Amino acid sequence: MDWLQQLINGISLGSIYALIALGYTMVYGIIKLINFAHGDVFMLGAFIGFFAITRWEMGFIPALITAMILCAIIGVIIERVAYKRLRTATRIAALTTAIGVSFLIEYTMIFFRGATPEAYPQVLPKTTINILGANINSQTILILVVTITLMILLQFIVHKTKIGKAMRAVSHDADAAKLMGINVDNTISATFAIGSSLAGAAGVIFGSYYTRIDPLMGVLPGLKAFIAAVLGGIGSIPGAMVGGFILGIIETIVSAIGFSLWRDAAAFVILILILILRPAGLFGKNIREKV
Amino acid sequence: MEETKKLKKYASLFLASSLVVGALAGCSGGSDGGDDSSSGDSGSSGGDSDVIKIGANLELTGSVASYGSSIKQGAELAIEEINANGGINGKQIKLVPVDNKSENAEAVSAAQRLVSQEKVDVMIGPATSGNVLATVQIANQNKIPMVTASGTAPNVTENEDGSINEYVFRTCFIDPFQGIIAANFATEELGVKNVAIFADNSSDYAKGLAAAFKEQIEANGGKVVAEAAYVADDTDFKASLTTLKSKNPEFIFIPGYYEEVGLIVKQARELGIDVPLMGADGWDSPKLVELAGAENLNNSFIINHYSSEDPDQKIQDFVKAFNDKYGESPNAFHALGYDTVYFIKDAIERAGSLDGEKIKDALAATKEISLVSGTFSVDEKHNAVKSATILEYVDGQQKFKTKIEP
Repeated sequence: MDWLQQLINGISLGSIYALIALGYTMVYGIIKLINFAHGDVFMLGAFIGFFAITRWEMGFIPALITAMILCAIIGVIIERVAYKRLRTATRIAALTTAIGVSFLIEYTMIFFRGATPEAYPQVLPKTTINILGANINSQTILILVVTITLMILLQFIVHKTKIGKAMRAVSHDADAAKLMGINVDNTISATFAIGSSLAGAAGVIFGSYYTRIDPLMGVLPGLKAFIAAVLGGIGSIPGAMVGGFILGIIETIVSAIGFSLWRDAAAFVILILILILRPAGLFGKNIREKV
Repeated sequence: MEETKKLKKYASLFLASSLVVGALAGCSGGSDGGDDSSSGDSGSSGGDSDVIKIGANLELTGSVASYGSSIKQGAELAIEEINANGGINGKQIKLVPVDNKSENAEAVSAAQRLVSQEKVDVMIGPATSGNVLATVQIANQNKIPMVTASGTAPNVTENEDGSINEYVFRTCFIDPFQGIIAANFATEELGVKNVAIFADNSSDYAKGLAAAFKEQIEANGGKVVAEAAYVADDTDFKASLTTLKSKNPEFIFIPGYYEEVGLIVKQARELGIDVPLMGADGWDSPKLVELAGAENLNNSFIINHYSSEDPDQKIQDFVKAFNDKYGESPNAFHALGYDTVYFIKDAIERAGSLDGEKIKDALAATKEISLVSGTFSVDEKHNAVKSATILEYVDGQQKFKTKIEP
């Protein structure tokens, strides 16, 4: 049952991408900013979780929550310090700043602790379940459950709550929203808080699943999550999740047929193809940008 | 008229003398403190101070920091011992460590700094073959002997065209040798026939090992049933491992570095691959056990330069001295760093000079020197000829399995 094992491999890889992509796509959906520092908030989340488990001796769930809360705060600080004053600036200025913030986080981290990788302690019970000759790790199931739960929660927040309504209003037209009495600053902060806490959660889950964390670990998953978000239609929450799964499965297929060295290349080929063939992504609405 | 002529004469004299002084100062520049330009003899390259400077271009941070820092600790212990015993020919040794951040480009600038600013007499080269290769030209051009403790790729000392990098030496064995040992161990000790290779395709080290392993396995009548590759910094290996598993190998050879290997071993065991796994000295790091998990490493083997459990007296003395200084048991990189300094010391003593060319000749003529990682001689290709040790992981501990002579 080789193909079943490979499918499971692909889904478990894809669910990590999906988890990161959720935060990515949400921030883009609300304020149209590609937050390249998102992958680095993911890295910070992994390290916060690591310290919570090893130094403060927390269990997995408390560590996950700690990382989510601290990452939410970090996300708000990043937005207030780096992005807020650029809200009316050109898109390219905001994008460049985002890349700058990303490098700043990475190298500040290296400055304080060096680039040496760290090994995550074993926090989750590890049982392997055998289905038709394929092995599923209990952690894989956990990641899957967490990702789907967070996606549903996010959909609920955006579509059913007051803050979600405010987010959608700001996304549609920030000036009009302001006129209607919506506090745009707070709404955007809330967006960053939620998006960054998702990145933090992804960091802790990644760490306990893949064991190795280091200050530059956010770069590649960050880019892959971006591809996943574009693939699913950037701004669309279910799209990000489906995009993540598709990307994970495609990468696994590429590796499985013996082209493991081309795996990252395959991801970027997908990005290019999507941008050429269907720029709005699978779930995106094809709306022309206002100029 | 006469006055101006005189003035001109003085001026030119002054100019000339200031040039000479400047040149002298330039030579000894960098060797800070103590010895001012007063060391008078003109020709020799300014190394005639009371200290012997050994530059260490090492991976102190970055992806393979564990190797570089271990070599540095080993070298520091050796230098402390030598200095306490009166130094080399009455001169004390000073180590000048520079961090190359585990990157080729940084290794080049570190080597340049050691040669031109620090004016070192000898260099301890980077830990990994790729980084050593980047700096080989600098050693050759400046005639500064460079000894790498763990750069195992063959082309570190021997170029493609068969010429030898005259100023480059090593205290470890070379990759093909490790690949051959692994193949022999698999077919003779473990008695397996169908093997698989999962190699790091981004390092010369792993590619060299994989090629030698494959050749030797076929020579021994075995068969490589599956081959796959990965690149450094990958974290998910399950797809390739699943494909390897479907070919039913009895043994998997995984040449690579501990950072990825740790994850590979873990994921392989999770996928239910329980055949023996084997690697070489790139696996040797305490981090490997943390990353892979102790129980997942059971039934895996590594080739190494030495074992701290070897009952040999010289090794036990070293283990004790190391333990007293650092409070931990030395790994192979500690031992190689330590040996590298003694190898250099032996050569400088025989050369009786700090001239790069003379030290180089003495290093090349080393015969049967007894070091912690074995008795070794330098062959005509500047490689160390010495024994290899096979270790088995048992519950996260390296257990001495057997020693294989070349």
